[in-house]
Amino acid sequence: MNNAIGTTGLILNEPLLWEKGKRGRCGISIPKQDVPSADIAPSLSGEGPDFPDLSEVDVVRHYTRLSQWNFGVDTGMYPLGSCTMKYNPKTNERQTQLKGFAQAHPLLPTELSQGALKLMYELEKYLAEITGMDAVSLQPAAGAHGELAGMLIIHAYHTNKGTNRSKILIPDTAHGTNPASAALCGYKSVPVKSSEQGVLSKESIEAAMDEETAGIMVTNPNTLGLFEENIIAISEIVHAKGGLVYCDGANMNAVMGIVNMGDIGVDVMHLNLHKTFSTPHGGGGPGSGPVCVKKHLEPFLPVPRIIEDNGQYVFSEDFPESIGKLHAFYGNFGVMIKCYSYIRSMGAANLKRASQLAVLNANYIKEKLKDVLHLPYDRPCMHECVFSDKHQKSDKITTLDMVKRLMDYGFHPPTIYFPLVVNGAIMIEPTETESREDIDLLIDAFKAIVEEAKTDPDKVRNAPTNCKVQRLDETAAARNPCLTG
Amino acid sequence: MKEIDELNLPEDLNYAEDHEWVLRDGDTVKIGISDYAQDQLGDIVFVELPEVGAVFNKGDEFGTVESVKAVSELYIPISGEITGINKSLEDSPELVNTDPYKNGWMVQVKPGNPDELNELMNRNAYLEMLKGME
Repeated sequence: MNNAIGTTGLILNEPLLWEKGKRGRCGISIPKQDVPSADIAPSLSGEGPDFPDLSEVDVVRHYTRLSQWNFGVDTGMYPLGSCTMKYNPKTNERQTQLKGFAQAHPLLPTELSQGALKLMYELEKYLAEITGMDAVSLQPAAGAHGELAGMLIIHAYHTNKGTNRSKILIPDTAHGTNPASAALCGYKSVPVKSSEQGVLSKESIEAAMDEETAGIMVTNPNTLGLFEENIIAISEIVHAKGGLVYCDGANMNAVMGIVNMGDIGVDVMHLNLHKTFSTPHGGGGPGSGPVCVKKHLEPFLPVPRIIEDNGQYVFSEDFPESIGKLHAFYGNFGVMIKCYSYIRSMGAANLKRASQLAVLNANYIKEKLKDVLHLPYDRPCMHECVFSDKHQKSDKITTLDMVKRLMDYGFHPPTIYFPLVVNGAIMIEPTETESREDIDLLIDAFKAIVEEAKTDPDKVRNAPTNCKVQRLDETAAARNPCLTG
Repeated sequence: MKEIDELNLPEDLNYAEDHEWVLRDGDTVKIGISDYAQDQLGDIVFVELPEVGAVFNKGDEFGTVESVKAVSELYIPISGEITGINKSLEDSPELVNTDPYKNGWMVQVKPGNPDELNELMNRNAYLEMLKGME
């Protein structure tokens, strides 16, 4: 591979700040004293904290060097499956810095926060339109929090009807957080196997669904990157037995402007603004996981809700069936601004196009690599495709080895060993961000690694070698975690 | 990972479809996971076991095993009451990798229905099942 973007280079070491500096060094000038001296109460005096004495350039170099050890979507391709690591447009950051937003305080009276409230109100409407749902709450702080909100809403719905249901159906291709969210809400999760086609069959849901079951949590598209094509029939079965359909919308990037979730039977779903809607995540968070519902679940949404009253936006707690408050104040407002900025700068047609390109990119990778890596489900995929290390077994090379080697070629590794239904899974989600040229580089890197697995397997087993640190001992880190500095 | 012919599958054990093994030992049985299971899971970093006295039906989840790759449920291959657990796995979960059949055992069970033991696979049947999964 001649045009690999990963090379070796000079990487500067950097000690901890506590190991740097020298007594008396200072990065700031304290203004000349212009008030009379006063005695300090003894209770306020004593030894100061153990901070190092550093100059400005010490601090700037420290953080600049640390940032150069990092890898993010601004550095290169980050094809982490089911995480939608798309580029975060810089205009989003600019909008959050507008004075009216940056200096807003959540305790300001609503009449002084009309702009912020209007943005939230309109964002709820946009997200409702994009998903095909009727009402939205922006409160949940991230995806799993959105899932919990959805479960609490389902629970409130059944309680309100005077029924008490104890179980939730969860397919084996759902996101891993789904059973945890259901359990946190007191439900017992009932696993459902997907078919040989990698999707749910009508029959499996018919067999599992009963009057004890509160509903189903479907990730659609699922974690194999496949659209649950029987979803309408599945929704009908669940609804006929009195259950509700929850959709994990983390994979919404495949279907924006294409699938109306309300029309396919979804009652409640969450979105990940930090995935689909281009706000930073993976160390650059925080996230935001709005929960979206159909009309019949609207009374249960978290409070306070924003309502419009004669052109004025106000908060209302007057929803007696609400599941209550889920977040200090109103959710992660900075993330909402970035999401709003993304939706407004893209427009409806381009949001749909983003999804189409995300799907096209994933299918391109699938077709180009299916003769190189084992492809367990060979059918058109959505925004991500899942390979395995089956062909490398005879070389004693694993998925972990191959993706570690991918780092040497200048790429962030994809998601590995997930979904669990594929042994040794390699789950690639390129998103719409990447150009064909950049995707071809990834494809060439995988081809080169598969070749190396045959000709020079130790090179792959010892990877990465170009990175700041070599292969980490993940086992020791997990068995003996050191959680303090 | 190991090829099928590299697996250590003792003759004196019975095996379940979910890759647990069962060793008959007087009135009780010992249960753990097979060499195939530990090899597939990779380095095990945590084992969660039930309380002594807990009662399970065949197929119930009786614990979880966490490796660097994933968290997996443990399913009990026979009904019965837990009469002992391998406490050393708390500090040394790696015993499941290094010695899955001796020091890496997980629970001791008093069978509720001894007939269920006859439904388990012997070494050859289990080996055939593994070959079919390739």
